[in-house]
Amino acid sequence: MEWSFTDDRPIWQQIVEQLTLKILKGEYPPGERLPGVRELAAQAGVNPNTMQRAMAQLEADGLAVGSRTAGRTVTNDVSVIEAAARARAKAAVAECLRVLEELGYSGEKALAFVKEELNHE
Amino acid sequence: MNEQLVTCTALRKRYGTKPALNGVNLELGRGRIVGLLGPNGSGKTTLIKILCGLLQPTEGAVLVDGQDIGPYTKSIISYLPDRMYFADWMKATDLFDLFADFYADFDRTKAMNMCASLGVTPSDRLKSMSKGTKEKVQLVLVMARKAQLYLLDEPIAGVDPAARDFILNTILTNYNENGTVMISTHLISDIEKVLDEAIFLKDGKITLHDSVDNIREREGKSVDALFREIFRAHNFEGGAF
Repeated sequence: MEWSFTDDRPIWQQIVEQLTLKILKGEYPPGERLPGVRELAAQAGVNPNTMQRAMAQLEADGLAVGSRTAGRTVTNDVSVIEAAARARAKAAVAECLRVLEELGYSGEKALAFVKEELNHE
Repeated sequence: MNEQLVTCTALRKRYGTKPALNGVNLELGRGRIVGLLGPNGSGKTTLIKILCGLLQPTEGAVLVDGQDIGPYTKSIISYLPDRMYFADWMKATDLFDLFADFYADFDRTKAMNMCASLGVTPSDRLKSMSKGTKEKVQLVLVMARKAQLYLLDEPIAGVDPAARDFILNTILTNYNENGTVMISTHLISDIEKVLDEAIFLKDGKITLHDSVDNIREREGKSVDALFREIFRAHNFEGGAF
């Protein structure tokens, strides 16, 4: 997979977002073993300490479960993954609405526009 | 094992009357990848050479692993100079022999493996190699040691961008986990994502020493962008062009 990083924010935060997305999309399904920190760091071309910090955040978010001997796995608790997906979807909708509002589509008008676009597809 | 790997206190170096280091205070921990960043002539190479014991400081103290610079510190430092110092009739394998003689921590198997993955033929003579390939050989020699402190002076300056990524990856995957790597360069954007910490050196003084994450969080921009801002502002201040 391709990793891409922007300049304005710490890299570990961007890694957390990209790994979270992979879990939400099911690229790493529930219960699947995640690659080791060093392996992921080499893949992404980042410092192992940076990757370690990102993994610690994934653990804190409840998406990854660590065990001292077997490495980390994606959580088996599907409700955690669903909640994270909802949060991500909510943020995406909020962003979409913000842009629409800037363009002059607000409230009912925005909704009607979204429906119209859906029917086109 | 000493807590801090490197401690410099009020370090000064003058070449004749010309100051190169102007009171450097520096502490480096273990297991870090540190960027030593500064424009040309800011003292990067001087600092590295003092740590290696190739130059004597004019004033101030330097400790590596709690010891004064000497045979012990040299045995735990792996140094990549900014220029080639080997005779060009030698083969890479000759250099492996040399390094195996000089350094107890040199791992020949690792060196051969690294050559294979970097696409270097170890039985070639140096004089038949391109500049980039020679740099790769030097990097192999340096990274195949199990040192505590790796000092890399401009390791990526002479190679193409694809090889640059490969070299950075080699550094990332081969440094000893308790070892610290200090990379001096002005090609910041290329190495930024592999760094833990950045040190900005300006006119022989450290003007910034912080983690890359902190810099990005605080400034909202990359270390590269910050570097350009700081050093551009300095170069043009008050001057009419």
